[in-house]
Amino acid sequence: MSAHMHHDDSQDHGSYRSYITGFLLSVILTAVPFGLVMAGGFDNRLLTVGVVVGCAILQVLVHMVYFLHMSSHSEEGWTLLSTLFTIIIVFIMIAGSLWVMHHLNTNMMPQMNHDLLPERLQ
Amino acid sequence: MSTTTQDFWQTEPHHHEEGASTSIGFWIYLMSDCLMFAVLFATFGVLHGNYAAGPAPKDLFDLELVALNTAMLLFSSITYGFAMLAMAQDNRAGTLRWLGITLIFGLCFLGIELYEFRHMIHEGVGPQRSAFLSAFFTLVGTHGLHVTFGSIWLVTLMVQVWQRGLIAANRRRLICLSLFWHFLDVIWIGVFTLVYLLGVI
Repeated sequence: MSAHMHHDDSQDHGSYRSYITGFLLSVILTAVPFGLVMAGGFDNRLLTVGVVVGCAILQVLVHMVYFLHMSSHSEEGWTLLSTLFTIIIVFIMIAGSLWVMHHLNTNMMPQMNHDLLPERLQ
Repeated sequence: MSTTTQDFWQTEPHHHEEGASTSIGFWIYLMSDCLMFAVLFATFGVLHGNYAAGPAPKDLFDLELVALNTAMLLFSSITYGFAMLAMAQDNRAGTLRWLGITLIFGLCFLGIELYEFRHMIHEGVGPQRSAFLSAFFTLVGTHGLHVTFGSIWLVTLMVQVWQRGLIAANRRRLICLSLFWHFLDVIWIGVFTLVYLLGVI
């Protein structure tokens, strides 16, 4: 019976207090964007998008901390490190795809460049 | 070898208890799952405007239904948390009760999603209608499939806990499913924000 035996149980399972805090924060961060969009949003569309995306990012962090019990010392920091790695790859994948495909759409669509089209297609 | 922190110069072979590295291994599996969802999100992001003269998000999505769905998943997350707290207190009946409640919320979520899909396909707005809808059904459907597998896993673990009690192996399995279940909730935040809310704005 070495120290590893109670390894799983020494993990942070949280407490009623932390779960309820996380739950209430999640409810607020869900209700705000839904209420905002259902009410029609702000006049400035970009502001609405910003608030909705901001709430989502905050809520992901709330879930990470209160439900998934992430911290810099769980599993000797390996969970945090692998998560940071994943976030970087996810960002490159999503932002990169959107960027490349947006430029493909705007620059390579035949109708965008009428001079180069054969006459029968114009 | 009585300390939990081992110094790097300790070269003698040491014995690991069974399952000692399960948590980190399962975490890495979740991260790979996260990358898979990132690809689906990226696909949806690229294709979300290609309606092929078909319906746009504004014509399709019922935000009240999505809000109800989100509530189901959020409730199931906190009830799973309570199941873990009951487990930490060696309370088998309490663990089973909270797991059962979690399962009900999970099944409600699936039911609402299937109703939404069925309704859309019935109206002729199935995945084959446009690139936007293909990406939508793939992304949301994959999430729903994960919830389905999570529910099957939950039932399996309830039987295991009922038969064998809260033994070390079952605790480990419950911890893994806990990570999986909360992770699905995190993915759902991305889905309702990027697919439903930003689609309707």
